[in-house]
Amino acid sequence: MKLCGKVFRYGDNVDTDVIIPARYLNTSDPKELASHCMEDIDAGFAKEVRPGDIIAAGKNFGCGSSREHAPIAIKAAGISCVIAATFARIFYRNSINIGLPILECPEAAESIRAGDEVEADLKTGAIRDITLGRTYRSEPFPEFIEKIIESGGLMNAIAAHRI
Amino acid sequence: MTQKILADHAGLGSVKPGQLIQAKVDLVLGNDITAPVAVKRFEEAGLSSVFSRDRIALVMDHFTPNKDIKAAQQCKCVREFARKHGIINFFDVGQMGIEHALLPEKGLVVPGGLYIGADSHTCTYGALGAFSTGVGSTDMAAAMARGTCWFKVPGALRFRLHGKPKKWVSGKDVILTIIGITGVDGARYKSMEFCGDGLINLTEDDRLCMANMAIEAGAKNGIFEVDGVTLRYVKSHSKKPYRIFKADEDAEYEKTYDIDLGKIEPTVAFPHLPSNTHPVSECKNIKIDQAVIGSCTNGRIEDLRTAAEIIGGRKVAPGVRCIIIPATQRIYMQAMEEGLLKAFVEAGCAVSTPTCGPCLGGHMGVLAEGERAVSTTNRNFVGRMGHTKSEVYLASPAVAAASAIAGRIAEPDEVTGRGNQQ
Repeated sequence: MKLCGKVFRYGDNVDTDVIIPARYLNTSDPKELASHCMEDIDAGFAKEVRPGDIIAAGKNFGCGSSREHAPIAIKAAGISCVIAATFARIFYRNSINIGLPILECPEAAESIRAGDEVEADLKTGAIRDITLGRTYRSEPFPEFIEKIIESGGLMNAIAAHRI
Repeated sequence: MTQKILADHAGLGSVKPGQLIQAKVDLVLGNDITAPVAVKRFEEAGLSSVFSRDRIALVMDHFTPNKDIKAAQQCKCVREFARKHGIINFFDVGQMGIEHALLPEKGLVVPGGLYIGADSHTCTYGALGAFSTGVGSTDMAAAMARGTCWFKVPGALRFRLHGKPKKWVSGKDVILTIIGITGVDGARYKSMEFCGDGLINLTEDDRLCMANMAIEAGAKNGIFEVDGVTLRYVKSHSKKPYRIFKADEDAEYEKTYDIDLGKIEPTVAFPHLPSNTHPVSECKNIKIDQAVIGSCTNGRIEDLRTAAEIIGGRKVAPGVRCIIIPATQRIYMQAMEEGLLKAFVEAGCAVSTPTCGPCLGGHMGVLAEGERAVSTTNRNFVGRMGHTKSEVYLASPAVAAASAIAGRIAEPDEVTGRGNQQ
Protein backbone atom coordinates (compact mmCIF):
# COMPACT_ATOMS: atom_id res chain seq x y z
CA MET A 1 0.00 0.00 0.00
CA LYS A 2 1.50 3.37 -1.10
CA LEU A 3 0.43 6.61 0.51
CA CYS A 4 1.19 10.11 -0.68
CA GLY A 5 0.46 13.59 0.61
CA LYS A 6 1.54 16.94 1.96
CA VAL A 7 3.19 17.02 5.39
CA PHE A 8 1.95 18.61 8.62
CA ARG A 9 4.94 18.81 10.93
CA TYR A 10 5.01 18.71 14.76
CA GLY A 11 7.63 18.37 17.52
CA ASP A 12 8.30 15.90 20.34
CA ASN A 13 5.79 14.52 22.87
CA VAL A 14 2.61 15.41 20.97
CA ASP A 15 0.09 14.14 23.52
CA THR A 16 -3.40 12.80 22.94
CA ASP A 17 -4.86 15.75 24.88
CA VAL A 18 -3.75 18.08 22.07
CA ILE A 19 -4.56 15.60 19.29
CA ILE A 20 -8.14 15.57 20.55
CA PRO A 21 -8.90 17.59 23.70
CA ALA A 22 -10.96 15.81 26.37
CA ARG A 23 -13.67 18.46 26.12
CA TYR A 24 -14.71 16.80 22.85
CA LEU A 25 -14.69 13.25 24.19
CA ASN A 26 -18.41 13.35 24.87
CA THR A 27 -18.78 11.99 21.35
CA SER A 28 -17.15 9.17 19.44
CA ASP A 29 -18.34 10.35 16.02
CA PRO A 30 -15.21 10.30 13.79
CA LYS A 31 -16.24 13.35 11.73
CA GLU A 32 -16.94 15.46 14.78
CA LEU A 33 -13.66 14.39 16.40
CA ALA A 34 -11.81 15.18 13.16
CA SER A 35 -13.19 18.72 13.15
CA HIS A 36 -11.30 19.38 16.44
CA CYS A 37 -8.19 17.36 15.65
CA MET A 38 -4.92 19.11 16.66
CA GLU A 39 -6.91 22.24 17.50
CA ASP A 40 -4.92 23.09 20.65
CA ILE A 41 -1.52 23.14 18.90
CA ASP A 42 -2.51 23.88 15.30
CA ALA A 43 -5.80 25.72 14.99
CA GLY A 44 -5.69 25.62 11.17
CA PHE A 45 -5.16 21.86 10.86
CA ALA A 46 -8.76 20.68 10.49
CA LYS A 47 -9.46 23.26 7.77
CA GLU A 48 -6.25 22.81 5.80
CA VAL A 49 -5.83 19.03 5.86
CA ARG A 50 -6.63 17.20 2.61
CA PRO A 51 -7.29 13.48 2.15
CA GLY A 52 -3.98 11.63 1.89
CA ASP A 53 -1.92 14.18 3.83
CA ILE A 54 0.74 12.96 6.21
CA ILE A 55 1.77 13.94 9.75
CA ALA A 56 5.49 13.93 10.58
CA ALA A 57 6.59 14.42 14.19
CA GLY A 58 9.40 13.91 16.69
CA LYS A 59 9.65 11.41 19.50
CA ASN A 60 6.93 9.91 21.71
CA PHE A 61 4.04 10.88 19.42
CA GLY A 62 0.65 10.15 21.00
CA CYS A 63 1.78 10.05 24.62
CA GLY A 64 -0.71 10.34 27.47
CA SER A 65 -4.27 9.12 27.55
CA SER A 66 -5.32 5.85 25.93
CA ARG A 67 -8.16 7.53 24.05
CA GLU A 68 -8.63 5.78 20.73
CA HIS A 69 -10.41 8.97 19.72
CA ALA A 70 -6.92 10.37 18.93
CA PRO A 71 -6.02 8.06 16.02
CA ILE A 72 -9.71 8.01 15.02
CA ALA A 73 -9.68 11.82 14.75
CA ILE A 74 -6.44 11.79 12.74
CA LYS A 75 -7.71 9.09 10.39
CA ALA A 76 -11.10 10.74 9.92
CA ALA A 77 -9.39 14.07 9.19
CA GLY A 78 -7.99 12.37 6.08
CA ILE A 79 -4.42 11.74 7.25
CA SER A 80 -3.11 8.66 5.43
CA CYS A 81 -0.06 8.00 7.58
CA VAL A 82 1.82 9.29 10.63
CA ILE A 83 5.62 9.23 10.53
CA ALA A 84 7.44 9.86 13.82
CA ALA A 85 10.82 9.27 15.42
CA THR A 86 9.04 7.12 18.02
CA PHE A 87 5.46 6.53 19.16
CA ALA A 88 3.96 6.16 22.62
CA ARG A 89 2.87 2.56 22.95
CA ILE A 90 -0.90 2.83 23.46
CA PHE A 91 -1.21 5.22 20.53
CA TYR A 92 0.89 2.79 18.49
CA ARG A 93 -1.40 -0.16 19.14
CA ASN A 94 -4.55 1.90 18.82
CA SER A 95 -3.46 3.11 15.39
CA ILE A 96 -2.79 -0.42 14.22
CA ASN A 97 -6.05 -1.63 15.70
CA ILE A 98 -8.12 0.97 13.83
CA GLY A 99 -6.09 0.69 10.63
CA LEU A 100 -4.22 4.02 10.70
CA PRO A 101 -0.80 3.41 9.15
CA ILE A 102 2.12 4.63 11.26
CA LEU A 103 5.82 4.45 10.53
CA GLU A 104 8.67 4.82 13.01
CA CYS A 105 11.72 6.42 11.40
CA PRO A 106 13.93 8.88 13.34
CA GLU A 107 15.87 9.98 10.21
CA ALA A 108 12.74 10.79 8.20
CA ALA A 109 11.12 12.41 11.22
CA GLU A 110 14.09 14.73 11.62
CA SER A 111 14.47 15.80 7.98
CA ILE A 112 10.96 16.04 6.59
CA ARG A 113 9.69 19.63 6.59
CA ALA A 114 6.21 21.06 6.84
CA GLY A 115 4.60 21.20 3.40
CA ASP A 116 6.87 18.60 1.77
CA GLU A 117 5.30 16.03 -0.56
CA VAL A 118 5.99 12.62 0.94
CA GLU A 119 5.28 9.09 -0.25
CA ALA A 120 5.24 6.10 2.12
CA ASP A 121 5.27 2.46 1.07
CA LEU A 122 3.90 0.28 3.86
CA LYS A 123 5.03 -2.94 2.23
CA THR A 124 8.73 -2.03 2.14
CA GLY A 125 8.81 0.63 4.83
CA ALA A 126 10.30 3.13 2.34
CA ILE A 127 9.56 6.82 2.97
CA ARG A 128 10.31 9.17 0.04
CA ASP A 129 10.43 12.95 0.49
CA ILE A 130 9.61 13.99 -3.08
CA THR A 131 10.27 17.69 -2.37
CA LEU A 132 13.74 17.05 -0.94
CA GLY A 133 14.46 14.06 -3.21
CA ARG A 134 15.48 11.86 -0.26
CA THR A 135 14.48 8.32 0.69
CA TYR A 136 14.44 6.79 4.17
CA ARG A 137 13.87 3.25 5.42
CA SER A 138 11.60 2.29 8.27
CA GLU A 139 11.04 -1.19 9.61
CA PRO A 140 8.07 -2.75 7.74
CA PHE A 141 5.34 -4.37 9.86
CA PRO A 142 5.23 -8.10 10.52
CA GLU A 143 2.62 -9.90 8.43
CA PHE A 144 -0.12 -10.12 11.04
CA ILE A 145 0.03 -6.38 11.67
CA GLU A 146 -0.06 -5.70 7.95
CA LYS A 147 -3.20 -7.84 7.70
CA ILE A 148 -4.84 -5.80 10.45
CA ILE A 149 -4.07 -2.53 8.66
CA GLU A 150 -5.15 -3.87 5.27
CA SER A 151 -8.42 -5.11 6.77
CA GLY A 152 -9.05 -1.61 8.11
CA GLY A 153 -8.47 -2.59 11.73
CA LEU A 154 -8.40 -5.40 14.30
CA MET A 155 -12.15 -6.01 14.47
CA ASN A 156 -12.44 -6.30 10.69
CA ALA A 157 -9.50 -8.65 10.66
CA ILE A 158 -11.12 -10.78 13.38
CA ALA A 159 -14.49 -10.73 11.58
CA ALA A 160 -12.81 -11.80 8.33
CA HIS A 161 -10.82 -14.49 10.20
CA ARG A 162 -7.60 -13.06 8.87
CA ILE A 163 -5.79 -13.25 12.18
CA MET B 1 8.15 -10.20 37.23
CA THR B 2 6.29 -8.79 34.22
CA GLN B 3 7.79 -11.32 31.84
CA LYS B 4 6.84 -14.20 34.16
CA ILE B 5 3.21 -13.09 34.41
CA LEU B 6 2.98 -12.63 30.64
CA ALA B 7 4.54 -16.05 29.97
CA ASP B 8 2.15 -17.66 32.45
CA HIS B 9 -0.92 -16.10 30.79
CA ALA B 10 0.33 -16.92 27.29
CA GLY B 11 0.86 -20.57 28.23
CA LEU B 12 4.58 -20.30 27.52
CA GLY B 13 7.55 -21.42 29.60
CA SER B 14 9.29 -18.09 29.18
CA VAL B 15 9.18 -14.98 26.99
CA LYS B 16 11.78 -12.52 25.74
CA PRO B 17 11.57 -8.74 25.33
CA GLY B 18 10.25 -7.86 21.88
CA GLN B 19 8.35 -11.13 21.48
CA LEU B 20 4.74 -10.78 20.24
CA ILE B 21 2.36 -12.96 22.23
CA GLN B 22 -1.36 -13.60 22.70
CA ALA B 23 -2.25 -13.83 26.37
CA LYS B 24 -5.38 -14.53 28.42
CA VAL B 25 -6.69 -11.59 30.38
CA ASP B 26 -8.18 -11.95 33.86
CA LEU B 27 -10.18 -8.74 33.61
CA VAL B 28 -10.90 -6.14 30.97
CA LEU B 29 -11.94 -2.63 32.00
CA GLY B 30 -13.62 0.27 30.25
CA ASN B 31 -15.12 3.61 31.26
CA ASP B 32 -17.80 5.98 29.97
CA ILE B 33 -15.42 7.51 27.41
CA THR B 34 -13.64 4.46 26.05
CA ALA B 35 -16.33 1.78 26.45
CA PRO B 36 -18.83 3.41 24.03
CA VAL B 37 -16.23 3.13 21.25
CA ALA B 38 -15.56 -0.50 22.26
CA VAL B 39 -19.29 -1.28 22.29
CA LYS B 40 -19.59 0.20 18.80
CA ARG B 41 -16.67 -1.90 17.56
CA PHE B 42 -18.11 -5.00 19.26
CA GLU B 43 -21.48 -4.53 17.62
CA GLU B 44 -20.15 -3.49 14.20
CA ALA B 45 -18.16 -6.72 14.08
CA GLY B 46 -21.43 -8.61 14.61
CA LEU B 47 -20.27 -10.19 17.88
CA SER B 48 -23.09 -11.51 19.99
CA SER B 49 -21.62 -12.61 23.30
CA VAL B 50 -18.91 -11.63 25.78
CA PHE B 51 -16.24 -14.09 26.92
CA SER B 52 -17.22 -13.77 30.56
CA ARG B 53 -19.84 -11.87 32.54
CA ASP B 54 -17.66 -11.37 35.58
CA ARG B 55 -14.32 -10.62 33.95
CA ILE B 56 -15.43 -7.36 32.41
CA ALA B 57 -15.64 -4.17 34.48
CA LEU B 58 -17.46 -1.09 33.23
CA VAL B 59 -17.10 2.03 35.36
CA MET B 60 -19.01 5.24 34.64
CA ASP B 61 -16.52 7.69 36.14
CA HIS B 62 -15.17 10.27 33.70
CA PHE B 63 -18.04 12.60 32.81
CA THR B 64 -20.40 11.45 35.57
CA PRO B 65 -22.79 12.38 37.05
CA ASN B 66 -23.33 13.26 33.41
CA LYS B 67 -22.05 16.69 32.53
CA ASP B 68 -24.09 17.15 29.36
CA ILE B 69 -26.46 15.40 26.98
CA LYS B 70 -23.74 13.82 24.87
CA ALA B 71 -22.01 12.38 27.95
CA ALA B 72 -25.39 11.05 29.11
CA GLN B 73 -25.90 9.34 25.75
CA GLN B 74 -22.50 7.69 26.08
CA CYS B 75 -23.30 6.32 29.54
CA LYS B 76 -26.67 5.12 28.29
CA CYS B 77 -24.96 3.15 25.55
CA VAL B 78 -22.71 1.40 28.09
CA ARG B 79 -25.55 0.86 30.54
CA GLU B 80 -27.60 -0.89 27.85
CA PHE B 81 -24.65 -3.03 26.82
CA ALA B 82 -24.06 -4.02 30.46
CA ARG B 83 -27.71 -4.97 30.88
CA LYS B 84 -27.88 -6.89 27.61
CA HIS B 85 -24.81 -8.97 28.40
CA GLY B 86 -25.41 -9.29 32.14
CA ILE B 87 -22.10 -7.65 33.06
CA ILE B 88 -21.71 -8.20 36.79
CA ASN B 89 -19.09 -5.54 37.48
CA PHE B 90 -20.96 -2.57 36.09
CA PHE B 91 -20.59 0.45 38.34
CA ASP B 92 -22.89 3.41 37.83
CA VAL B 93 -23.42 6.64 39.76
CA GLY B 94 -24.06 5.82 43.41
CA GLN B 95 -21.87 2.72 43.46
CA MET B 96 -19.05 3.82 41.28
CA GLY B 97 -15.72 5.32 42.11
CA ILE B 98 -12.79 6.31 39.96
CA GLU B 99 -11.96 3.02 38.23
CA HIS B 100 -8.34 2.64 39.40
CA ALA B 101 -9.25 3.31 43.01
CA LEU B 102 -12.40 1.19 42.76
CA LEU B 103 -11.09 -2.06 41.29
CA PRO B 104 -8.41 -2.71 43.95
CA GLU B 105 -10.88 -1.66 46.68
CA LYS B 106 -13.51 -4.11 45.37
CA GLY B 107 -10.87 -6.86 45.33
CA LEU B 108 -11.22 -7.39 41.58
CA VAL B 109 -7.46 -7.20 40.99
CA VAL B 110 -4.93 -9.34 42.85
CA PRO B 111 -1.23 -10.29 42.63
CA GLY B 112 -0.20 -12.30 39.57
CA GLY B 113 -3.24 -11.33 37.50
CA LEU B 114 -3.19 -9.90 33.98
CA TYR B 115 -5.46 -6.91 33.52
CA ILE B 116 -6.08 -4.60 30.61
CA GLY B 117 -8.20 -1.50 30.53
CA ALA B 118 -9.17 1.05 27.95
CA ASP B 119 -7.65 3.76 30.10
CA SER B 120 -3.99 4.62 30.23
CA HIS B 121 -3.83 4.59 34.03
CA THR B 122 -4.80 0.91 34.16
CA CYS B 123 -1.13 0.39 35.05
CA THR B 124 -2.17 1.22 38.66
CA TYR B 125 -2.75 -2.44 39.64
CA GLY B 126 0.94 -3.18 39.29
CA ALA B 127 1.06 -1.88 42.87
CA LEU B 128 -0.41 -5.26 43.83
CA GLY B 129 2.16 -7.29 41.92
CA ALA B 130 -0.10 -7.78 38.89
CA PHE B 131 0.58 -7.04 35.23
CA SER B 132 -1.80 -4.34 34.13
CA THR B 133 -1.68 -1.96 31.24
CA GLY B 134 -3.74 0.51 29.28
CA VAL B 135 -5.01 -0.35 25.83
CA GLY B 136 -7.45 1.20 23.37
CA SER B 137 -11.13 0.67 22.81
CA THR B 138 -10.62 -1.79 19.96
CA ASP B 139 -8.37 -3.93 22.14
CA MET B 140 -11.08 -3.76 24.77
CA ALA B 141 -13.75 -4.88 22.27
CA ALA B 142 -11.60 -7.78 21.06
CA ALA B 143 -10.82 -8.79 24.66
CA MET B 144 -14.48 -8.62 25.68
CA ALA B 145 -15.21 -11.08 22.87
CA ARG B 146 -12.23 -13.37 23.15
CA GLY B 147 -10.70 -12.91 26.59
CA THR B 148 -7.29 -12.42 25.02
CA CYS B 149 -5.05 -9.56 23.92
CA TRP B 150 -1.84 -9.27 21.90
CA PHE B 151 1.26 -7.91 23.60
CA LYS B 152 4.82 -7.12 22.77
CA VAL B 153 6.86 -8.32 25.74
CA PRO B 154 8.54 -5.28 27.34
CA GLY B 155 12.09 -5.05 28.57
CA ALA B 156 12.47 -4.07 32.22
CA LEU B 157 13.89 -1.12 34.15
CA ARG B 158 14.60 -1.72 37.81
CA PHE B 159 14.02 0.93 40.48
CA ARG B 160 15.65 -0.05 43.77
CA LEU B 161 14.17 2.06 46.52
CA HIS B 162 16.14 2.63 49.68
CA GLY B 163 15.56 4.40 52.97
CA LYS B 164 12.55 6.15 54.40
CA PRO B 165 10.67 9.18 53.07
CA LYS B 166 10.63 12.34 55.19
CA LYS B 167 7.48 13.81 56.69
CA TRP B 168 5.12 15.12 53.96
CA VAL B 169 6.87 13.07 51.27
CA SER B 170 4.48 10.57 49.68
CA GLY B 171 4.40 8.12 46.78
CA LYS B 172 3.45 11.07 44.55
CA ASP B 173 6.72 12.86 45.29
CA VAL B 174 8.66 9.66 44.68
CA ILE B 175 7.08 8.96 41.30
CA LEU B 176 7.31 12.61 40.18
CA THR B 177 11.00 12.56 41.12
CA ILE B 178 11.50 9.35 39.13
CA ILE B 179 9.68 10.78 36.08
CA GLY B 180 11.89 13.86 36.42
CA ILE B 181 14.87 11.52 36.07
CA THR B 182 13.58 9.29 33.26
CA GLY B 183 11.65 11.92 31.29
CA VAL B 184 8.20 11.30 29.81
CA ASP B 185 9.49 8.67 27.40
CA GLY B 186 12.38 7.23 29.42
CA ALA B 187 10.47 4.03 30.12
CA ARG B 188 8.62 3.94 26.78
CA TYR B 189 7.40 0.39 25.98
CA LYS B 190 9.15 -0.88 29.12
CA SER B 191 8.19 -2.30 32.45
CA MET B 192 9.13 -0.28 35.55
CA GLU B 193 9.82 -2.74 38.34
CA PHE B 194 9.96 -1.40 41.89
CA CYS B 195 11.82 -3.25 44.63
CA GLY B 196 14.35 -2.65 47.41
CA ASP B 197 14.59 -2.28 51.16
CA GLY B 198 12.72 1.03 51.08
CA LEU B 199 9.48 -0.61 49.87
CA ILE B 200 8.45 -1.37 53.43
CA ASN B 201 8.26 2.39 54.05
CA LEU B 202 5.71 2.92 51.30
CA THR B 203 2.06 2.25 52.08
CA GLU B 204 -0.23 0.50 49.61
CA ASP B 205 -1.82 3.87 48.75
CA ASP B 206 1.68 5.24 48.00
CA ARG B 207 2.36 2.31 45.71
CA LEU B 208 -0.98 2.58 43.89
CA CYS B 209 -0.17 6.24 43.23
CA MET B 210 3.30 5.38 41.93
CA ALA B 211 2.24 2.51 39.65
CA ASN B 212 -0.58 4.76 38.41
CA MET B 213 1.92 7.25 36.99
CA ALA B 214 4.24 4.72 35.33
CA ILE B 215 2.51 5.66 32.06
CA GLU B 216 3.74 9.25 32.51
CA ALA B 217 7.27 7.90 32.04
CA GLY B 218 5.97 6.15 28.91
CA ALA B 219 6.00 2.71 30.56
CA LYS B 220 3.86 -0.21 29.52
CA ASN B 221 3.40 -1.08 33.18
CA GLY B 222 4.75 -0.46 36.64
CA ILE B 223 4.97 -3.37 39.03
CA PHE B 224 5.88 -3.74 42.72
CA GLU B 225 7.40 -6.73 44.41
CA VAL B 226 4.75 -8.34 46.62
CA ASP B 227 5.44 -8.06 50.36
CA GLY B 228 3.56 -8.03 53.65
CA VAL B 229 2.08 -4.60 52.92
CA THR B 230 0.61 -5.87 49.63
CA LEU B 231 -0.72 -9.06 51.17
CA ARG B 232 -2.39 -7.25 54.06
CA TYR B 233 -4.17 -5.04 51.52
CA VAL B 234 -5.15 -7.93 49.25
CA LYS B 235 -6.43 -10.14 52.07
CA SER B 236 -8.57 -7.37 53.49
CA HIS B 237 -10.11 -6.53 50.10
CA SER B 238 -10.34 -9.73 48.07
CA LYS B 239 -11.24 -13.39 48.31
CA LYS B 240 -9.82 -14.16 44.87
CA PRO B 241 -6.91 -16.57 44.59
CA TYR B 242 -3.63 -14.82 43.86
CA ARG B 243 -0.12 -15.79 42.80
CA ILE B 244 3.16 -14.18 43.71
CA PHE B 245 5.73 -13.85 40.94
CA LYS B 246 9.23 -12.92 42.04
CA ALA B 247 12.04 -11.65 39.85
CA ASP B 248 14.88 -14.17 39.44
CA GLU B 249 18.19 -13.41 41.14
CA ASP B 250 19.79 -13.10 37.71
CA ALA B 251 16.87 -11.32 35.99
CA GLU B 252 18.02 -8.99 33.22
CA TYR B 253 17.31 -5.29 33.41
CA GLU B 254 18.05 -2.71 30.75
CA LYS B 255 18.92 -0.28 33.50
CA THR B 256 18.88 -0.08 37.29
CA TYR B 257 18.13 3.13 39.17
CA ASP B 258 18.89 3.47 42.88
CA ILE B 259 16.56 5.89 44.57
CA ASP B 260 17.15 7.15 48.11
CA LEU B 261 13.67 7.86 49.46
CA GLY B 262 15.16 9.87 52.31
CA LYS B 263 16.56 12.47 49.91
CA ILE B 264 13.30 13.13 48.08
CA GLU B 265 11.66 16.51 48.73
CA PRO B 266 8.00 17.34 48.19
CA THR B 267 8.02 17.67 44.40
CA VAL B 268 6.03 19.73 41.90
CA ALA B 269 5.80 19.17 38.13
CA PHE B 270 5.54 22.49 36.32
CA PRO B 271 3.56 22.92 33.09
CA HIS B 272 3.39 21.30 30.58
CA LEU B 273 5.03 17.94 31.22
CA PRO B 274 4.97 15.63 34.26
CA SER B 275 8.76 15.36 33.92
CA ASN B 276 9.26 19.09 34.47
CA THR B 277 9.86 18.59 38.19
CA HIS B 278 11.19 20.93 40.88
CA PRO B 279 11.39 20.66 44.67
CA VAL B 280 8.55 22.66 46.23
CA SER B 281 11.15 24.80 47.99
CA GLU B 282 11.98 26.30 44.57
CA CYS B 283 8.40 27.43 44.06
CA LYS B 284 8.53 31.13 44.82
CA ASN B 285 5.30 33.04 44.78
CA ILE B 286 3.44 30.91 42.23
CA LYS B 287 -0.11 32.13 42.89
CA ILE B 288 -2.96 29.73 42.27
CA ASP B 289 -6.65 30.06 41.39
CA GLN B 290 -7.59 26.46 42.11
CA ALA B 291 -6.44 23.41 44.04
CA VAL B 292 -7.72 19.95 43.16
CA ILE B 293 -7.27 17.02 45.52
CA GLY B 294 -8.53 13.73 44.08
CA SER B 295 -8.26 11.50 40.98
CA CYS B 296 -7.11 7.93 40.34
CA THR B 297 -3.66 9.10 41.41
CA ASN B 298 -4.45 10.76 44.75
CA GLY B 299 -8.07 10.43 45.81
CA ARG B 300 -7.54 7.67 48.35
CA ILE B 301 -8.20 7.81 52.09
CA GLU B 302 -4.58 8.49 53.10
CA ASP B 303 -4.50 11.37 50.62
CA LEU B 304 -7.59 12.88 52.22
CA ARG B 305 -6.23 12.35 55.72
CA THR B 306 -3.03 14.17 54.79
CA ALA B 307 -5.00 17.00 53.20
CA ALA B 308 -7.25 17.28 56.27
CA GLU B 309 -4.24 17.39 58.57
CA ILE B 310 -3.19 20.59 56.80
CA ILE B 311 -6.54 22.11 55.88
CA GLY B 312 -8.40 21.26 59.12
CA GLY B 313 -8.96 24.29 61.34
CA ARG B 314 -7.71 26.69 58.68
CA LYS B 315 -9.37 28.57 55.81
CA VAL B 316 -8.83 28.29 52.09
CA ALA B 317 -7.12 31.47 50.88
CA PRO B 318 -9.40 34.15 49.42
CA GLY B 319 -9.57 33.81 45.64
CA VAL B 320 -8.72 30.09 45.66
CA ARG B 321 -11.22 27.37 44.80
CA CYS B 322 -10.30 24.14 46.54
CA ILE B 323 -12.04 21.07 45.14
CA ILE B 324 -11.80 17.76 46.96
CA ILE B 325 -12.96 14.54 45.33
CA PRO B 326 -12.88 11.27 47.29
CA ALA B 327 -12.16 8.60 44.68
CA THR B 328 -14.83 6.08 45.67
CA GLN B 329 -18.07 5.91 47.63
CA ARG B 330 -16.32 3.87 50.34
CA ILE B 331 -13.55 6.46 50.67
CA TYR B 332 -16.23 9.18 50.76
CA MET B 333 -18.00 7.36 53.59
CA GLN B 334 -14.78 6.74 55.45
CA ALA B 335 -13.80 10.41 55.11
CA MET B 336 -17.22 11.38 56.42
CA GLU B 337 -16.96 9.06 59.44
CA GLU B 338 -13.48 10.33 60.25
CA GLY B 339 -14.69 13.93 60.13
CA LEU B 340 -12.46 14.83 57.19
CA LEU B 341 -15.29 16.11 55.01
CA LYS B 342 -16.51 18.38 57.80
CA ALA B 343 -13.01 19.82 58.15
CA PHE B 344 -12.87 20.45 54.38
CA VAL B 345 -16.26 22.12 54.16
CA GLU B 346 -15.58 24.27 57.22
CA ALA B 347 -12.35 25.42 55.60
CA GLY B 348 -14.25 26.49 52.49
CA CYS B 349 -13.49 23.55 50.18
CA ALA B 350 -16.00 22.09 47.73
CA VAL B 351 -16.39 18.33 48.20
CA SER B 352 -17.66 16.30 45.25
CA THR B 353 -19.04 12.85 44.58
CA PRO B 354 -16.41 10.60 42.90
CA THR B 355 -15.57 11.64 39.33
CA CYS B 356 -12.51 12.05 37.10
CA GLY B 357 -14.06 15.40 36.08
CA PRO B 358 -11.47 18.17 36.46
CA CYS B 359 -8.37 16.01 35.84
CA LEU B 360 -9.07 15.98 32.13
CA GLY B 361 -10.92 19.28 31.94
CA GLY B 362 -14.27 17.51 31.75
CA HIS B 363 -16.31 19.21 34.46
CA MET B 364 -16.24 20.04 38.20
CA GLY B 365 -13.38 22.51 37.98
CA VAL B 366 -12.50 23.51 34.41
CA LEU B 367 -9.95 26.35 34.17
CA ALA B 368 -10.42 29.65 32.32
CA GLU B 369 -7.80 31.44 30.20
CA GLY B 370 -4.78 32.45 32.26
CA GLU B 371 -5.82 30.50 35.37
CA ARG B 372 -3.47 28.32 37.33
CA ALA B 373 -4.15 25.19 39.37
CA VAL B 374 -2.15 22.98 41.65
CA SER B 375 -3.51 19.49 41.34
CA THR B 376 -2.90 16.00 42.70
CA THR B 377 -3.82 14.54 39.30
CA ASN B 378 -1.40 13.01 36.82
CA ARG B 379 -1.09 15.19 33.73
CA ASN B 380 -0.31 18.84 33.10
CA PHE B 381 -0.36 18.91 29.30
CA VAL B 382 -1.49 22.01 27.41
CA GLY B 383 -5.23 22.45 27.97
CA ARG B 384 -5.52 19.35 30.16
CA MET B 385 -7.74 21.02 32.77
CA GLY B 386 -9.42 23.58 30.53
CA HIS B 387 -8.31 26.55 28.46
CA THR B 388 -5.14 26.09 26.43
CA LYS B 389 -3.72 29.11 28.21
CA SER B 390 -4.33 27.68 31.67
CA GLU B 391 -1.65 25.96 33.74
CA VAL B 392 -1.56 22.83 35.89
CA TYR B 393 1.13 22.17 38.51
CA LEU B 394 1.17 18.55 39.67
CA ALA B 395 1.84 17.85 43.34
CA SER B 396 1.04 15.65 46.32
CA PRO B 397 -2.06 16.07 48.49
CA ALA B 398 0.10 17.68 51.19
CA VAL B 399 1.46 20.34 48.83
CA ALA B 400 -1.92 20.92 47.17
CA ALA B 401 -3.57 21.34 50.58
CA ALA B 402 -0.87 23.71 51.82
CA SER B 403 -1.14 25.70 48.58
CA ALA B 404 -4.92 26.01 48.95
CA ILE B 405 -4.39 27.62 52.36
CA ALA B 406 -1.46 29.82 51.30
CA GLY B 407 -2.95 30.91 47.97
CA ARG B 408 0.30 30.05 46.24
CA ILE B 409 2.30 26.87 45.85
CA ALA B 410 3.58 26.24 49.36
CA GLU B 411 5.42 23.75 51.52
CA PRO B 412 3.23 21.98 54.07
CA ASP B 413 5.38 23.19 56.96
CA GLU B 414 4.91 26.83 55.98
CA VAL B 415 1.22 26.37 56.67
CA THR B 416 1.34 24.07 59.68
CA GLY B 417 4.20 25.99 61.23
CA ARG B 418 5.97 22.79 62.18
CA GLY B 419 9.53 21.71 61.48
CA ASN B 420 10.05 18.72 59.22
CA GLN B 421 11.93 16.76 61.87
CA GLN B 422 8.95 14.67 62.95
